[in-house]
Amino acid sequence: MSHNLNIDIHHITRVEGHGNIVVDVVNGELKQCELQVTETPRFFEAMLRGRPYQEASQITSRICGICAVGHATTSLRATERALGIEPTEQTKLLRRLNFLGEILDSHVLHAYMLVAPDFLNVGSVVPLAKSAPEVVLRALRLKKLAGEICRVVSGRHTHPIAMKVGGFSHFPTTAELYKLREDFIALWPDVEETVALFQTLSIPAFERETEYIALRNEKTYGFIDGKIKSSDGGSWPLNLYRSVTNEHIVPHSSAKHCFNQRDSYMVGALARFNINYDLLHSRAKSAASALDLGPGCTNPYMNTVAQVVEIAHCFVEGAMLIDELLQMEIAWEEPVAPVRLSGEGVGACEVPRGILFHHYIIVNGKITGANCIIPTNQNVANIEADMRELVPAIMDRPQADVAQQLEMLVRAYDPCISCSTHMLNVKFE
Amino acid sequence: MTHVNKPTVAFFDFTSCEGCQLTVIDTLQTNPELLDVVEIVEFREAMSEKSDAYDIAFIEGSCTRASDEDRLRDIRARSGVVVALGACAHLGGVNAIRNRQRLPEVRQYVYGQQADWFETYEPRAIEAVIEVDGVVPGCPIDGYEFQRVVTALLQGRSPETPDYPVCVECKLDENICLYQLGQVCLGPITCAGCKAICPAYGVGCDGCRGLIPNPQIDQLREVMAEHGLSTAEIDSKLTIFLTNQLVQWESQEKAHVS
Repeated sequence: MSHNLNIDIHHITRVEGHGNIVVDVVNGELKQCELQVTETPRFFEAMLRGRPYQEASQITSRICGICAVGHATTSLRATERALGIEPTEQTKLLRRLNFLGEILDSHVLHAYMLVAPDFLNVGSVVPLAKSAPEVVLRALRLKKLAGEICRVVSGRHTHPIAMKVGGFSHFPTTAELYKLREDFIALWPDVEETVALFQTLSIPAFERETEYIALRNEKTYGFIDGKIKSSDGGSWPLNLYRSVTNEHIVPHSSAKHCFNQRDSYMVGALARFNINYDLLHSRAKSAASALDLGPGCTNPYMNTVAQVVEIAHCFVEGAMLIDELLQMEIAWEEPVAPVRLSGEGVGACEVPRGILFHHYIIVNGKITGANCIIPTNQNVANIEADMRELVPAIMDRPQADVAQQLEMLVRAYDPCISCSTHMLNVKFE
Repeated sequence: MTHVNKPTVAFFDFTSCEGCQLTVIDTLQTNPELLDVVEIVEFREAMSEKSDAYDIAFIEGSCTRASDEDRLRDIRARSGVVVALGACAHLGGVNAIRNRQRLPEVRQYVYGQQADWFETYEPRAIEAVIEVDGVVPGCPIDGYEFQRVVTALLQGRSPETPDYPVCVECKLDENICLYQLGQVCLGPITCAGCKAICPAYGVGCDGCRGLIPNPQIDQLREVMAEHGLSTAEIDSKLTIFLTNQLVQWESQEKAHVS
């Protein structure tokens, strides 16, 4: 029997943004295999040009509703490096707490609302609310806490308000922090149930070696600042990000593609897990071993499982951060002022979907050059490489089955397509 | 339990961050009773199911290319009521910031030699292309306001949002005016309904809900200048969300004078 497949999934559902999967197999030969990003280009870098540096974080948080805190934080770090600002310890702790809130929110949304329906054979979380209400209610409790963290620290998750260059314009009360701490402790059983749920889901078996890239800090697991590190060896300071990402334009996608030491690399929860496993809290490590996930994993479908492990880590670290903030007795402080109004800086954070870079040139307080490199862009080439290896292995199956496996693969990367469509070749003058 | 004749609701996205739809997802999760009174038949960000006709269509995002217009008209033709969801659909939102620069420069800057590969034009509100029956304003939308708009539509009323300025809600909230703290704020010219959330968190209003009727923009410019902002900085502040509305306002003012 000769194999023919013609898969054209127009606008993949349950992902953020618009993308198509196009696979063409003729007589058992793979002719075409693309993840087409069809989202409209957004031109954020051009929008920033000529605007005061204070506006950058508010504008760039609008790149993405899911990782708004991540964009705002990365933007602030780029601006602060450019203008010689070193934030206070209190600012660093509050930003980190806010960041954990966003990681939790995004991972719970992805694992429960976008991925779990695939394994439970429903089209969305809506029928799931009737067939398995306890699962949906648990996800809601976890998301509510995540949203509450961001509300307490920065006013709201989409789009954060109180985050400013050099600090904050609003501070949580001691009572709010105590309440968050109570919630972290009270909801821990929900984290254990989440791990138990993902133990029961059978993740497709598919292995493909690739390069993993994530930020590496000395003391903490992610998420803000650090050095760029590769699983193939090598470590780069942030200002050399371009030599790692090598963004280039391809015709079938409004998202640019990236490569480092191989043809493609992967970023995101699995990359962070592989590179920073030793820095995970012991409870998160226990969750990983319960889920059969160990460092060096090369199955991209396990990215969602790595997110579940990170949910456990965020819970423990969040509670510890709140203890630190309560101990230091949080106080009102003015944002740290810039030491200069012209300069160049790169900021990097591990947002839910992987490493994010913002790079600004500021002259006399105005932004004259900007570049943002988004995790999903860095993953697109790797997703296509996975599809090229996966399709020949499963092309005997019915076409609908192959299509579903491919859609699940793309979804496992948790692509954020509206984020991915505004990168550039900036000529920095 | 499925009721017959529940109104069908669909969500669509154009150029945006999809944060307003996320706010909808959060609102539906915390208010699941909404799902008892409407049938969501299409919501790509959250569901795989699809449909052909809708009683109510919520549209997030700006129209940013000629080919968006056909899709918008198609949604309009298949929908009883169309509601603009959030600042991008309502005003053009932050997408319209780039309308202050020439389009070829914008394309060249982001995509270089390959600028022609990607279709785009000046971002605009969906109302520039199709008739719109209601608006949930803001960047992002407020979840409670979304519920109020849905409730009004289900009762057959046209949804109304406040047309008085943010300052009214800010005073009721007993915030200290940011101008008294040396900051600037677009509260005096921006529609309320957000409970002045940005000023409450110490940040001046950026105007995401759109201009009130008869905004005193020239007077506000003077006040901002007194607070040390240059003309360029004032222009910048006024054009985070209001680029397109300012162009309209300026042409109305000119027509009024002549």
